[in-house]
Amino acid sequence: MSHQYNSMRASQKPDFLIIWLYAVLVAIGIFCIFMVEYKPETNVLQTFLSGNTNYSKQLFFAGICIVVATFIMLADSKLFTVFANLFYAFGILLMLVTFVLGKNINGSKSWIPLGGGFNLQPAELCKIFVALALAKFLSRQETEFTKLKSQLIGAAIALTPAILSIAQQETGLALVYSSFFIVMYREGLPSTILIIGLSVAVLVVATLLLEPNTLAIILTGIAILIIFILHKQIKRKKQILTIVIALWAVCVGIQRFAVPYFFNNVLKCYQSTRIYSMVGKDYDCSQNKYAISTPSKPVRKPDDYNVRQSKIAIGSGGFMGKGFLKGTQTRGKYVPEQHTDFIFTSLGEAFGFVGSFIFLLLYLLLLFRIVRVAERQRSTFSRVYAYSVASILFFHITVNICMTIGLFPIIGIPLPLISYGGSSLLTFTVLIFILLKLDTDRQVALR
Amino acid sequence: MSTYNQSRSRVIQIVFVIVFIVIIGQLINLQIFSSKYRIMADNNAIFRKVIYPDRGIIFDRKHRAILENEVMFDLMVIPAETKGIDKIAFCELLDIDTVEYRKRITTAIIKNTSVKSSVFEALLSPEMYAKLNENIYKFPGFMLQERSIRSYPYNTAAAILGYIGEVDTAFLRRNKEAGYEMGDYTGLNGLERTYEKVLMGTRGIKRFIRDNRGRLQGSFEKGMFDTAAVAGRNLYTSIDIEVQQLAEKLLQNKIGSAVAINPKTGSVIAMATSPSYNPNTLTGSERRRNFGRMLLDTARPLLNRAIKGQYPPGSTFKPLGGLVALDENLITPAYGFPCYGAYTYCGRPVKCTHAGGGHADNLRKAIAYSCNSYFVHVFRMAVDNPAFGNPQQGYLKWKEYMNTFGMGVQLGIDLPGEVKASIPEISRYNKDFGGPRWNSCNILTLGIGQDRMTATPLQLANLMCIIANKGYYYTPHIVDSLENETIEDTAYLTKYRSKHQVTHIPDTIYQTIQEGMHDVTIYGTAASLKVPGHEFCAKTGTAQNPHGKNHAVFTAFAPKENPKIAVAVVVENSGYGGTWAGPVATLLMEKYLNDTLTIESEKRVESFSKIDLIPAAIKKWYFRKDSLRAVREREKEKEMEQKADEIEVDTAANVKTTFDPEAEPNKKENDKNNNAATVEKSPVILNNNDKKKKKDTVQP
Repeated sequence: MSHQYNSMRASQKPDFLIIWLYAVLVAIGIFCIFMVEYKPETNVLQTFLSGNTNYSKQLFFAGICIVVATFIMLADSKLFTVFANLFYAFGILLMLVTFVLGKNINGSKSWIPLGGGFNLQPAELCKIFVALALAKFLSRQETEFTKLKSQLIGAAIALTPAILSIAQQETGLALVYSSFFIVMYREGLPSTILIIGLSVAVLVVATLLLEPNTLAIILTGIAILIIFILHKQIKRKKQILTIVIALWAVCVGIQRFAVPYFFNNVLKCYQSTRIYSMVGKDYDCSQNKYAISTPSKPVRKPDDYNVRQSKIAIGSGGFMGKGFLKGTQTRGKYVPEQHTDFIFTSLGEAFGFVGSFIFLLLYLLLLFRIVRVAERQRSTFSRVYAYSVASILFFHITVNICMTIGLFPIIGIPLPLISYGGSSLLTFTVLIFILLKLDTDRQVALR
Repeated sequence: MSTYNQSRSRVIQIVFVIVFIVIIGQLINLQIFSSKYRIMADNNAIFRKVIYPDRGIIFDRKHRAILENEVMFDLMVIPAETKGIDKIAFCELLDIDTVEYRKRITTAIIKNTSVKSSVFEALLSPEMYAKLNENIYKFPGFMLQERSIRSYPYNTAAAILGYIGEVDTAFLRRNKEAGYEMGDYTGLNGLERTYEKVLMGTRGIKRFIRDNRGRLQGSFEKGMFDTAAVAGRNLYTSIDIEVQQLAEKLLQNKIGSAVAINPKTGSVIAMATSPSYNPNTLTGSERRRNFGRMLLDTARPLLNRAIKGQYPPGSTFKPLGGLVALDENLITPAYGFPCYGAYTYCGRPVKCTHAGGGHADNLRKAIAYSCNSYFVHVFRMAVDNPAFGNPQQGYLKWKEYMNTFGMGVQLGIDLPGEVKASIPEISRYNKDFGGPRWNSCNILTLGIGQDRMTATPLQLANLMCIIANKGYYYTPHIVDSLENETIEDTAYLTKYRSKHQVTHIPDTIYQTIQEGMHDVTIYGTAASLKVPGHEFCAKTGTAQNPHGKNHAVFTAFAPKENPKIAVAVVVENSGYGGTWAGPVATLLMEKYLNDTLTIESEKRVESFSKIDLIPAAIKKWYFRKDSLRAVREREKEKEMEQKADEIEVDTAANVKTTFDPEAEPNKKENDKNNNAATVEKSPVILNNNDKKKKKDTVQP
């Protein structure tokens, strides 16, 4: 670590577009929480200042975030590269501590009480540390990411907190760590891995949607079609036929045995139910291992109340929306968890398609801007880190919004910068502002 | 620096865009192409509240309100907000115990959840309201809610005005388009039912925003889609409430009916039926119990005998028989018939109260003396009229006459349930006599208003109108006009404003009939009755009937010149028409024409209203019911007090008789001794007052 700070290449100006987008999104967030909490009889100004309502708390969190962001911007970039591994170790330690000190909130034991009504979710913070650690690892001179060993280490860095998260019953956050594969893809992970991953995903969805026999016939049909198309090559090389048949066998195996096993024995009854209800099907809980082991609980009909109400809220917004504070679903509190995970519904209801579209464009603009910033970095560390930020944001946005519009099963992950919650807002603030800080030093080769 | 994977940046960006396009695609699907979500959201959140307007008020002839609205209060509770109130004090205030309190709260929660308001106690008494209103601030979660109920300030005219009640499923099925909902009230009887659409007004609709637990959050869109409730319109009737009260008073302790009509317009002045009830007992919280008791009452107080009672008209029919013969030109007013005390031309003689003396020398005398022979003969002439070939055709023509007079058909008064009574069909007699082999002799008593002929008191009063008007009538009706009448209201009132010309007899001949009826009041069967200051015409009737003692029937109109009121009175199983029905009619006419009663008449009203003419069988029924209750209560007391004392059981209570007073109300002669006691015990049978009765019976 013997980098000279080059005064000729002094710090650049921070990227103001990202700062503006960040500010606008946080403002929209507070605004949306206000819409959810609003009661006509209360004095708005007073409740904003009193700190009793969620929107005033969020405003307070935003204030803290400004302070934290200022500190980050004033810090030295090298701080992040130097302490990246240490941070990561600290993060993992926190997650382990959670198992001891953890507090049960909403069924997941992933919070550490800080006193004064505030709780910390280490899994949330760990995102930052993983991003830094991955950047640190990939930017090492000796790392050759084309090698399998490096790829495995990279995956391990990303997946360790994920596994701990699953152990804490916080599946949603665990899934977020899979977004680091986008970063690794950018850094040279073979695309075949992603293609295989995607294929498996398609196969699983197809298994859920179609009758087992129908899918088997379709798969066989595809196999025969491939053999027919490739019959000239097969004549020359018999191995191709073997590969095709082996692939067919694997696919049918997954469809026939692996997926049912996964849903019945790995996932809990409610998780399976949520996934099935998303594709519009009923999951029979009586086959579930957990449900069988605790027979005292009656087998309930799939409960898609949340998604239904969420879709009603967004759908009833129409093209132009019902108008500010006029959303009946929002005012009637029909959507559960509307100020956190389902915050998008209040926006969709009040401002309709036009509002949602503009809102999504803001997000897309932010993502593109971050990718652009990533590509202009000279150091691998900054680039990898920037892609991590983009990937995490992208994953959160996609999963959260798809969940509210019924394209994804319900997993509790917040909408970045919008959802109510101090941990979440602070995490994204830190993520983004470290990026901004690194970007100001983009001419410096950080390692 | 490794930038060799730069192309992958593009890939990532494309993935971003694709995912966002998918999201936007789903948003387009949800927000632009699926209209169902809007409806689902509205179903979720918009609560449609029906605002009930005040029902219309019903006024009498002199614009006194006889049916109006009264504001009462319900005590409402929101169980979730009652935490920490002083339950003991509250229960003391309401005079209930804490067990009852808890029970009611539980019921409220089950019915309406703990966050919505439910009725804790309905229709508070005025004292309770006053007590609660002072103290309600101490009990959060409780509030008083206004509620409008129907009130009958004169406690009278129950059968005319009718009552309202909750709609049932059958009603909802019948009136799908009318927009009623479960729990709504509708007129179930009387004017309340006939004029339901006028009285109910237009219901308003208010829309509220409702939250996920069903609590109201305020009005929807600031009331932009709300519609205002329009109050029901008032009815102006021709009822004279004082005459009505008098009629009901006179019929006290009797079973029967009286109808008074203004012949010039067909407007009903009074329509009393007895036994009756206080209409206020069918409003408010006691409604169900009172209604059930009246429904089971053997004297049937809910039956409007004026339009549903079917009585043989007896001698009151005679002027009509004369009219038919006159209109067919079979007789002239000078036609006479030699009567020697009986009509003997058809085998078994029909007796006549008078014999000889030329009491049937002409029509006028025959009416005045009510000669049976004369009218039997005249009837036979009509049936055997050679113009129609055979008696069946003759009878058919006669029946047609009857129907145009309003007999045997529904007159079409604006009250529900009017019966047409009976002028027998030919087929009926064909059945009786095994084919069309009968002749006028077989059915001769029709000529004196007996046989199978029956009429309602309303029809009898209408007959008087025809005679008073010399040949025409207006359909009897109660409502004269509606408030703010519109074109659509013609459906209600047009039919009451057209004249029905029924005969084509010159006025001079009518004069003869009227004179005959006037003679009735001078030297005939009603000679003892007077209407001070007015000459009047009347016809008495003493109708034999299969149920026992004769029905007293009396029809009259007054004054003789330019008649203003026509009356028909029936008192069941009482005796002579002139004795038991006549006084009712004359007193009503006096009250209406003079607006007051003379002192003698007042005395008469008092004494007459006390006369008890209830058939003994019905009294017996009441007696048994009361004594059974007395026994039950005594046994209860015995159990309560755990006394081993010997108990003297009222022997009368243990008399087990198996006869049904409805079927044979005359089986009374055998046990007269018992009845004497009965009468003493419950002299006022119809004003059932539970509390009073309890006191009476508990005392040894």
